[in-house]
Formats: sequence, structure tokens, C-alpha cells
Amino acid sequence: MDSVRSDLAGTGARIPIALKILIAGGFGAGKTTLVSALSEVRPLQTEEVLTGAGIGTDDLSGVETKSTTTVAMDFGRITINDDLQVYLFGTPGQDRFWFLWDELAFGALGAVVLADTRRLADCFPSIDYFEQRGIPFVVGVNCFDGARRFNLETVRQALDLDPDVPLLLCDARDRQSGKQVLIALVEHVARQRGEPVPAA
Amino acid sequence: MRAEGGARHEWLDDDAGPVVRPYTLTGGRVRSAVDGFDLVAHVLAERDADPAAHPDLHPEHRRLVALAARPVPVAELAAELDLAVGVVRVLLGDLVDRGLVTVHQPPAGPYLPDNDILKAVVSGLRAL
Repeated sequence: MDSVRSDLAGTGARIPIALKILIAGGFGAGKTTLVSALSEVRPLQTEEVLTGAGIGTDDLSGVETKSTTTVAMDFGRITINDDLQVYLFGTPGQDRFWFLWDELAFGALGAVVLADTRRLADCFPSIDYFEQRGIPFVVGVNCFDGARRFNLETVRQALDLDPDVPLLLCDARDRQSGKQVLIALVEHVARQRGEPVPAA
Repeated sequence: MRAEGGARHEWLDDDAGPVVRPYTLTGGRVRSAVDGFDLVAHVLAERDADPAAHPDLHPEHRRLVALAARPVPVAELAAELDLAVGVVRVLLGDLVDRGLVTVHQPPAGPYLPDNDILKAVVSGLRAL
């Protein structure tokens, strides 16, 4: 779309390219922590509204008097340069809120799945989701304080990951560590296109 | 985990957020006049935007116009106003209708940024 990068006539403002990266994983795997560690702005939350009337129904007359609830989604921003921003969206941890994922995943560059070795199975649904939709992802094994280091090959087998899906240890609290996970994702996306990013 | 007492509701329990009536602000409208702004669609106020000329607008509308003096993504506006994204979309639709803001959607469909962009992201991340 031309308007994305062009100068806007008369305003002098430029619309940056915004890339979306999803941060997924089971409840308590460290999604919020990772978004906070990486974001240049204070951790922000945005919300989607759930209504009993059902999403996608056109006629919701009277909805203003209905009680609804909201689902919070963490998000953060990394400015690469004036024209390029990366937005991180933490996915809602509860399985039943997955219908919100489709919107989040729309147009996303890729995803980071955080795995907690104490509850490895919690990240299976996330992996299934991205595999089924062909969305590139990497898996970060979040090493919590005191958690023993796991053999990555054992984790790969337990998760039944394709050999080309990057799997790495990380510390969701640490910016440098989180950064490596994002780099691994972008490099993975580039590799999948047959145009790998040269090593630094 | 179920909500205690009263009418049970499939969405309401300890894991859900507070019970709210977010669409009061939009007069019950849940659909934006302009369809589905992406979470990272950038909103930019027109340079000569004058919300004061539209007395029917809510204070939230005016704040949106003020915040959009520079390009701001929809998700960030929702966080700033502490409103649900769906509500902000409806309010933005009102502003687009009145010619006060423009919404710049990211490219539709599975977006494949070109390789130069990926390289720029990697080097930008390495430099963090």
C-alpha cells in the first residue's frame, strides 16, 4: 500500500511500517514479562470486549445495557527507525479466548512461543495454532530462576517440533535474552523465504 | 471456576476481567462505520481538524484527535484511553466520518515485508 511509507501530502507526517509479532505460550509462561522486558514504552494493555451476544453478530441492539467482560492483551513497541516499528502482542493465555487470536495473527510477521519446562504441554496448543496457519514461529524455553537447564534436544522431542523450527533457551526478564529470541524469529522468517539474513 | 451467585455467565469468572458496559459510550454501536481497523493501523488527525466544531462528539473523541496529532496505532490509542479496542474503533469511525482523522491500514492479507525490511529489523534488534 503506497500510503504506508509515503509522506502524507500536507501533513509532513510519515506513517511507519508496523510489524506485528505475537508472544504466545501457556498461562504463566512469561509472556507479559517478555513483552515488558522488550518494550521501549511502559507495558501497555489493550482490551477486547466479550459480549454474551456473540462476536460477529450484526445486530447487537441493546448491547449497551448488557454486562460484558474484557480480555486484556499486553503489547509493547520497539522502534527500529523512523519508518519501521515492531509491535509485540501477548496473546490471551486462556484457551477459550482463542477467537481473539485470529485478529492478532492477521498479518503478523511471526510468533514467539514461550515454553515453561515445568508445564511443557501448556504450549502445545500455541504450537498447533501457528503450525496449522503456516505462521512462522520460534520456541523460547523460559529458564526461570533456579530452574535447571534443560537439554534442548529433549525439549524438541517432547514438543515434536519440526527440525527447522528454532528452539532456544531464554530468560524472559532479560532484554538481551529476549532480543535474541526475536532475532531468531526474524532470521527464521527470512530463511523460510530462501533469503537468509547475513550473520552480524 | 465459576462466577459466584447470580446468573451464571459463560465468560465471567476469576480469569475474566471486570464486568463493564463499554459500549455505553458508543450508544450501543458495536460496528465501526468504517470496517475493521487493524490493531496496528495508524491514525493521524487532519492538520486542520477542529473537534470543537462538532458539539455532538464525546470528550473521548476529542482526546483521540489530540493523541493522533502524530501517527498512532489503534492499539496504543485504546491503551491511552483505557478503552476496549472495539469501542475505540467505533469512535474512530465517527471521526473518519467527520473528516477529522484518517486511518492508514497496514497492507491487507498475509503481509510479507521485503527482505530489506527484515534485514533492517535484525540489525535494529542487534543494536538494542
